Amino acid sequence: MAKQRFNRFFYDHLLNFLLPFIAVLVALLVGALILWFQGVDPWEAYKAMFFGAFGSKNGLADTLVKSTPLMLVGLGIAIAFRGGVINIGAEGQLITGALFVTFLGVTFGQKLPGVVGVLLLLAAGALMGGFWGAIPGWLKAQLGVNEILSTIMMNAIAIQIGYYLLRGPMIDPAELAAGTNIPHSARLPKNLDMARFTHVAKALGFTERAKDLGLEGYIAQLYGVLVEPTRLHIGFLFAILMAILVYVFLWRTTIGYKIRAVGLNRHAARYAGINVKRNMVLSMTLSGAFAGLAGAVEILGLHHRMFEPTSVSAGYGFTGIVAALFGGLHPLGIIPSSILFGGLLVGGDKMQRAMQIPQVLITAILGLIVLFVVSTDFFKRKLQTRRVSEEAETFFEKETDETESVEASA
Amino acid sequence: MTQDLTLAAIIIGILHSGIRLATPYLYAGIGEMFGQRAGVLNLGVDGIMLMGAFLGFYAVYQTGNVWIGVAAAMAVGIFMGLLMAVVSITFQAEQGISGIGLYMFGLGLSSLLFKTMLGTVEGVQGFSELKFQITQNFSLYDIPLIGPIFFNHSVLTYGAFLLVPLSAFILNKTTWGLKIKAAGQNPEAADSLGVNVTTVRYAAVILGSALAGLAGASLSISLLNIFQENMTNGMGFIAVALVYFGSWRPYGVLAGALLFSTVNALQLWAQVLNLPIPSDVAVMLPYLLTIIALAMPFRRAAQPAALTRPFTRGEN
Repeated sequence: MAKQRFNRFFYDHLLNFLLPFIAVLVALLVGALILWFQGVDPWEAYKAMFFGAFGSKNGLADTLVKSTPLMLVGLGIAIAFRGGVINIGAEGQLITGALFVTFLGVTFGQKLPGVVGVLLLLAAGALMGGFWGAIPGWLKAQLGVNEILSTIMMNAIAIQIGYYLLRGPMIDPAELAAGTNIPHSARLPKNLDMARFTHVAKALGFTERAKDLGLEGYIAQLYGVLVEPTRLHIGFLFAILMAILVYVFLWRTTIGYKIRAVGLNRHAARYAGINVKRNMVLSMTLSGAFAGLAGAVEILGLHHRMFEPTSVSAGYGFTGIVAALFGGLHPLGIIPSSILFGGLLVGGDKMQRAMQIPQVLITAILGLIVLFVVSTDFFKRKLQTRRVSEEAETFFEKETDETESVEASA
Repeated sequence: MTQDLTLAAIIIGILHSGIRLATPYLYAGIGEMFGQRAGVLNLGVDGIMLMGAFLGFYAVYQTGNVWIGVAAAMAVGIFMGLLMAVVSITFQAEQGISGIGLYMFGLGLSSLLFKTMLGTVEGVQGFSELKFQITQNFSLYDIPLIGPIFFNHSVLTYGAFLLVPLSAFILNKTTWGLKIKAAGQNPEAADSLGVNVTTVRYAAVILGSALAGLAGASLSISLLNIFQENMTNGMGFIAVALVYFGSWRPYGVLAGALLFSTVNALQLWAQVLNLPIPSDVAVMLPYLLTIIALAMPFRRAAQPAALTRPFTRGEN
């Protein structure tokens, strides 16, 4: 019995937990092979990456800063997946959200009081991203348009709209005056900046630096992340709050239940009276809303103005897919997973600077992680089937034993 | 600029580039069609094209021989196709996502190799345009209007157009084509008739990926003769959409490829002629057109019934 219970625990939980790690490990090994072919010591490169991302105050802060949009995008992608649709369009949804927030912030920002303004603009970003996601959702539900392809096209369209706006109507007047014409917008008014960790710490009365308190080693770095001036802003906490909300939404509300039902089995859901089409549009809209929210947070918390669309979206739409898959498409799993992949992005940047290895290596590794993670589903299914059939076998053996003994005694 | 060009020259220019630019769409689209007809949606075309474009370019850059470039591009296409096939056929991974993984892998690796092996954008002497010299002082190119439109292309462009009837023949008149269609339409029935569904799907995906590699090379060693990071700019995804648009038929893919390349040509010429359309908006057109094309209702019935559905023997 104990063995059986262990088996069940192993196959149902431990394996689900371990397989993604194995996938990442294999991807990193292939990455090491690529590095080795390039004449670089993989061990040194990975060490530079790891310590660059997690080893110091600034690295750690950057990791958390990058994990913020990843988490929000990843949550959206998980919602879409759970609803049985695939959203590859987070890039475009993030960009349109960021553009809308920038437009509103620059135009009306002065009149909006701080906290209310930030909240309103966050909602506006979500609205715009949601709209951008609703279009492919509606096209899928009504006209059977493959949502993977349409969302990819919507990405390209959003990027072009962004360039058009930033070169024309939304360009920073200072750029026009200087004649440099770099495509970026004016800065949003300062009252709309999301607070940084260091500001919050100051308001709470933590003013000493790690040095002043006599902290040393890694504790000092961790203290520094929370208290000393870094780029880390409260958008990170907002993203974690959102992850908890999405968990509650998907597993504790009727609408969330319906979305998951459609994702698990469309036909059964329809049979049960759930409006499949409406729920497909809804999951795409929500998915886009979270990507739009990521765009809003990037503008309000980090950039404070809109830059070139692709450097604001920075591939988060794709890396977010990896984070969501690695997090098991579970809102709470996406929290650590986003931090891990935020670290990979920061580490790649540090590795480029320290060892002249182009950062695009990270894109290749991320692609491999996707390939390997989706492949592990197969092993999971296989092993689970074996577990079930083994249990059934022992069950039947026991039953035959009992019948035999009953027959013998009779 | 405008006044230098007569209307005839502009029309010739647009049609000529329309035919030229159809080349990568045709290779990638026809290749993808084989995979989808066998039941496998390969969304990694863009990544395969990028790898083909880089390795094809690099081979020509090193050896100066364009055919070695073609071989290198198709070889890397086969390798990437094998990877896709193992993941989506043997491991039965969700095809919508595994293709995105392959795309990211190809995008990242081609950029990495470009940065470490070349570093800067350089040019090569790629395929040259054929003028069809018939006699010493007459070539087909000299025929007015028709000559400059149709008889001024590289071998790879003519090859792409020849591929259309060839693939129609393979698909409709050979046993092999029948097996592909059966694997995508009803794998269980195909299996019961002795078709090895797995083998057929592997072959179709690998063939399609080899063609995708060639599509990339057609960009880097025939149309543009340079390599740049992410130079396909989503062309591979449009090629996947073309298969839907073309109702999974070779001539449908041809029609789609010509439509898209002409729109592309129009957009390029609009910039050359300084038409009052913002270039950022013009660049958007092919992507917008793709969504509209996908929403066309007439094509849906033709979709292979088992597209993206993995097959396991004896389970269904």
